[in-house]
Amino acid sequence: MSLVKFNGVGFSHQDKLVVQDVSFTVERGIFLTIVGPNGSGKTTILKLIIGAYNPTKGTITRDADLRIGYVPQKLNVNDTIPIDVNCFLNLGQKFPSKKIRSIAEETGITHLMKVPLLSLSGGQTQRVLYARALLAEPNLLIMDEATQGMDAEGEERFYRLVNDYRARTNCAIILVSHEMHVVSSFSNWVICLNGHICCQGEPSLIFEDEKFVELFGKFPQNELAYYPHKHDHSHDVV
Amino acid sequence: MLDDFVVRSTLGGLAVALAASPLGCFVVWRKMSYYGDATSHSAILGISLSLYFSISIFLGVFLMALLASLVVTLFVNRYYSADTILGVFSHSTLAFGLIAVNVLPAQNVNIESYLFGQLLAVTKIDLVYIWGGAITILGLILFRWKKLLISTVSEDLTIASGLNPKWEQWILNLGLAILVAVAVKVVGILLVTAMMIIPPAAARPLVRQPVAMVLISTVFGCLSVILGLLVSLYIDTPTGPSIISVAATIFILSWIGVLLYRGTRLTMIIKPDKT
Repeated sequence: MSLVKFNGVGFSHQDKLVVQDVSFTVERGIFLTIVGPNGSGKTTILKLIIGAYNPTKGTITRDADLRIGYVPQKLNVNDTIPIDVNCFLNLGQKFPSKKIRSIAEETGITHLMKVPLLSLSGGQTQRVLYARALLAEPNLLIMDEATQGMDAEGEERFYRLVNDYRARTNCAIILVSHEMHVVSSFSNWVICLNGHICCQGEPSLIFEDEKFVELFGKFPQNELAYYPHKHDHSHDVV
Repeated sequence: MLDDFVVRSTLGGLAVALAASPLGCFVVWRKMSYYGDATSHSAILGISLSLYFSISIFLGVFLMALLASLVVTLFVNRYYSADTILGVFSHSTLAFGLIAVNVLPAQNVNIESYLFGQLLAVTKIDLVYIWGGAITILGLILFRWKKLLISTVSEDLTIASGLNPKWEQWILNLGLAILVAVAVKVVGILLVTAMMIIPPAAARPLVRQPVAMVLISTVFGCLSVILGLLVSLYIDTPTGPSIISVAATIFILSWIGVLLYRGTRLTMIIKPDKT
């Protein structure tokens, strides 16, 4: 059985239609990337998957054994609460310190364990969030533009780490990203979203799809312009 | 032993400090301090109504405070943010409460004793209520500590872990209502929030861990009660305000300490010790 299945899902917020008629399945071991312009409903889809939102139309079915690891776009931590990385990793559930150590090593945050969460850099925060997501031994890892605040090299390293984990555990990955070169080098499935699913498929096919080209331009182009912001096309939804 | 009013006052004050500081940490972390004000202001209406219907003041105030949190939670929508609703509710109930005190035919109520507390007049029965309430609050916090903490740090992570953050909000609302009810006699309606906020605020710059903040603020809270009572007994000042004044002094001392410590560290960086 697939991990998550969207069947004709629509979601409205305050009488405004955010996404409509979304259908796709998440199989084990998939590396799914969701691309789309700002406000196209990418984060909404993720929140529907984790159950933070309920669909106003259609159905979402989840595997009984679904264990989600969620790496948010950025951590909205209350800046008033004193908390260090070690304590943050143990939030909500106590893990054996051996497990924490091995995952800290894998994600390269061992030296940060005693640092207050709020004094981490953007890239460090994302690695801590990733480590936290791994602790739950997820079979679905959801990442919302998880590489904010990382340089190109760090980003590459980060996704290599994620992809290794996927290869080792057959964990499904769902990624929201603006970085087309990530999409092309790691993903094996792409959903192009703009209020509804414009097109979906394997990256090599998607990059040829005329609806994708209409939204993002031709890829690969020259190396400096991974993501041209062509937001001038309109749809009859949203 | 309980026949000595000093012992009774100390026990009553300590119970409130033990419950108020841990709860106050969450109030500070979640930026809910105005919420505490609204809940406690509604207590004056609770007091008038319980005098009118001759029910226990603890019960009346508790129900009113719970109603306050219910109304606020239900009314926060796209037209109003929480602070607007809290402003509406807090001052309306205060106004209605003050009118009710004057209009309702209750025998000469000394409203001041409820506004500023009357710790020295705490009875044995009061102590049972106060300790019962305090233990309930501590139990709620201990029992749900992990869930309360994660929902305070990040709502997204809470939901992703399969928890509903609304539950934790209600646990805190319940704790707040109980605290207001039992603290009316001790520090009074106007100073309940101070009793919750000041000790955690004083502990904040000294700690790096949530648990440490709870423990240190509890120590500060208890210290404020004991020293405040002593001040009140020896130089005959009103008890509730004395306790809060001591807490405020601890807050100032804590910051002076932190600034001095940072100062010495700064000089060490500028002039490294060469020995």
